Amino acid sequence: MTHTKDADQGTGESNNGEHLRRHTISVLVENKFGAFNRVAGMFAAKGYNIDSLSVGPTEEEAISRMTIVTRGDDQIIEQITKQLNKLIDTIKVVDLTFENFVERELVLVKVQATQSSRSEIMQIAEIFRAKVIDISPKSLTLEATGSQQKVDAIIKMLKPFGIKELARTGRVALKREFQGEV
Amino acid sequence: MSAHKVTATQKQGNRMMTGAEIFVRCLIAEGVEVVFGYPGGATIGIYDALVDLSDIKHVLVRHEQGATHAAEGYAKATGKPGVVLVTSGPGATNTVTGIADAFMDSIPIVVFTGQVPLKLIGNDAFQEADIVGITRPITKHNYLVRDVRELARTIKEAFYIATTGRPGPVLVDLPKDVMAQKGLFEYPEKVELRSYKPVTEGHPRQIKKAADLINAAKRPVLYVGGGVIQSNASDELRKLAGILQCPVTTTLHGLGAYPENDPLALGMLGMHGTWYSNVAVQYCDVLIAVGARFDDRVTGKVEAFAAEAKKIHIDIDPSAISKNVKVDVPIVGDVKSVLKKLIESVQPLDTKDWLATIEQWKREHPLRYRSGEAIRAQYVIQKLGEITGGNAIVVTDVGQHQMWTAQFFHWVHPRSHITSGGLGTMGFSLPAAMGASFGRQDLPVISISGDGGFQMNSQEMATIVEHKLPVKIFVINNGFLGMVRQWQELFWRRRYSHVGLHNPDFVKLAEAYGCTAYRVRQSSEVEEVIRKALAHKDGPVFVEFVVVQEDNVYPMIPAGQTVNEIIDVPEPVTKASDGAPEDALMTVAKGQHISTTKEIQQ
Repeated sequence: MTHTKDADQGTGESNNGEHLRRHTISVLVENKFGAFNRVAGMFAAKGYNIDSLSVGPTEEEAISRMTIVTRGDDQIIEQITKQLNKLIDTIKVVDLTFENFVERELVLVKVQATQSSRSEIMQIAEIFRAKVIDISPKSLTLEATGSQQKVDAIIKMLKPFGIKELARTGRVALKREFQGEV
Repeated sequence: MSAHKVTATQKQGNRMMTGAEIFVRCLIAEGVEVVFGYPGGATIGIYDALVDLSDIKHVLVRHEQGATHAAEGYAKATGKPGVVLVTSGPGATNTVTGIADAFMDSIPIVVFTGQVPLKLIGNDAFQEADIVGITRPITKHNYLVRDVRELARTIKEAFYIATTGRPGPVLVDLPKDVMAQKGLFEYPEKVELRSYKPVTEGHPRQIKKAADLINAAKRPVLYVGGGVIQSNASDELRKLAGILQCPVTTTLHGLGAYPENDPLALGMLGMHGTWYSNVAVQYCDVLIAVGARFDDRVTGKVEAFAAEAKKIHIDIDPSAISKNVKVDVPIVGDVKSVLKKLIESVQPLDTKDWLATIEQWKREHPLRYRSGEAIRAQYVIQKLGEITGGNAIVVTDVGQHQMWTAQFFHWVHPRSHITSGGLGTMGFSLPAAMGASFGRQDLPVISISGDGGFQMNSQEMATIVEHKLPVKIFVINNGFLGMVRQWQELFWRRRYSHVGLHNPDFVKLAEAYGCTAYRVRQSSEVEEVIRKALAHKDGPVFVEFVVVQEDNVYPMIPAGQTVNEIIDVPEPVTKASDGAPEDALMTVAKGQHISTTKEIQQ
């Protein structure tokens, strides 16, 4: 699930000029009725940005992992972390930004494809290691996975052909096992 | 509590019983003495169970909002959780204001709401409201019980969460069919939640850092909030202040945490705080915030608040730290336990010069008001403080009378002051005083409201009279929504917009409820009537004080500004704005014995 909201300042700068850094926060919550709502509701009530939010089960059935990409200066991010921790259903909050971590996002793009443009689109797909998962006389649907930048890039490349529909998962992330020590 | 539990389970063996009966037995096992409630269709089964299980006192309020405020008053007066039981739909939504109030002021209450049967949820059924969704942002936690087998554990968790860590309201939604399901009653001995483990012990390294800062301080100030009272840490606070010879200022909710007849007391700080407490905070070099949250009514302009000071912040809630004001040494933990550790690590300070400066400020800028023939609310409060010597539980509403009570009452005991601080809920005082009175019989309980706020929950007069509660109900009647009027006068060029009140005859109204009632119009009668009210033994007593219509709360730091913009009582004039002759300027400075109150003849 992806929810995109513009930051208050389009420049990414807060009033006092502090940079609104992007943070990827991983939250383990009890897989209970309303837990997701509590997290999403807290962001809305406190007026924090959510760039993307994804949620799904983990290796343990009773626990869900939410991956939240948000922006803010240090004080806001500190409050977001504390407010997440304060929710009773929250088991663990990790701000991955300062860790070595991997993150991926998946996108499905249905792009207009005519006989003349189809092969060009498939070339682009190949460059991005995207897969064609549906085809019709007038369209191609591609599946691409990667970092947010990669997903942004393929969307940008496909735009001139005409994007009919698009769905992104929002980012999921995990800490790397080796934090540099190897 | 565990003793209750054993008898309750042993008596029942392994008998199957309805959710409703399990519910009531859980409350008994939890040691609940009183429930404030109102029955309805969705809770009729629970109310049926109450017929046979009469160990619990149920108080039938006259409006569900009254139930939540009563539970708050009970909790604040006793330190035990308040309990509310209401029906679904409107019964549940009527509790919302009280829940929000308890959330803002960190009051442990547990609210049980009836709900339509599970299969009807989401169906727009009769008296259905998604109360779990509605109250999610204003509860510490809430539950919808979907199976009778989860009921007892959920109730145990609800009480545990409400009363531990930073306390707060917890709501449990009880669908009608779940309460009719049969199950076994087994109340868990304790709760273990992997996702909820409040920190109570302060980190030794942080305590050491704080002690180092304090030991080097020349002009320290203790800034003390409701957390000290919640954590029963008044003794530790006194001890620390004594060792350090450090002046103490309290927030609205901190009143009573430190006795105001102690020379180190500065009284309340903030928008309507004493001149000297605000100036002391401005000039201090180390500010020790204890169980307080740097609320905007305390700080004014955040950047200018104690700008020169190193700041230490002790709070049980990590999210309260550096939320509004960046602090130098945060200590997360229970105030009492942290103060104990801190006392061991600090040394006596030489603050003589600092205290002498503050004494001078107290002399130059005491709390002041003009008194005359017409009654001033400040005078009523001051007399009430003198006559009771602070030995009372005073429950205020919201507005001018609330600030005057905070300023002029004589605060000496923790849990003697109950008010709606964070949310600022008019209509709070009467039901909250009722709740306090159910919990505390050792001290007189005095409800003080304005004429506006009193009418927002005056229906609870019926409940108070029914139970013959010895509540002293004082209404300070100035015919205005005084605080809004004051702002309109000071900041909106005196363009009064909908602040005048057309009131009923309050004495007749009180009498209609069956309550003894007095009206006072002259300053000279105030003392006698207060004494008469305090001596009144047979149930409640109502007193209307008809006071000067247009009077302002001073000092005042306008919202978002600094102590430099403080407005003190305007220079003495011979006539007040209402034309009443004025003959005396009354002054009160905190930290003195009340008998030293001086009257300066003009």
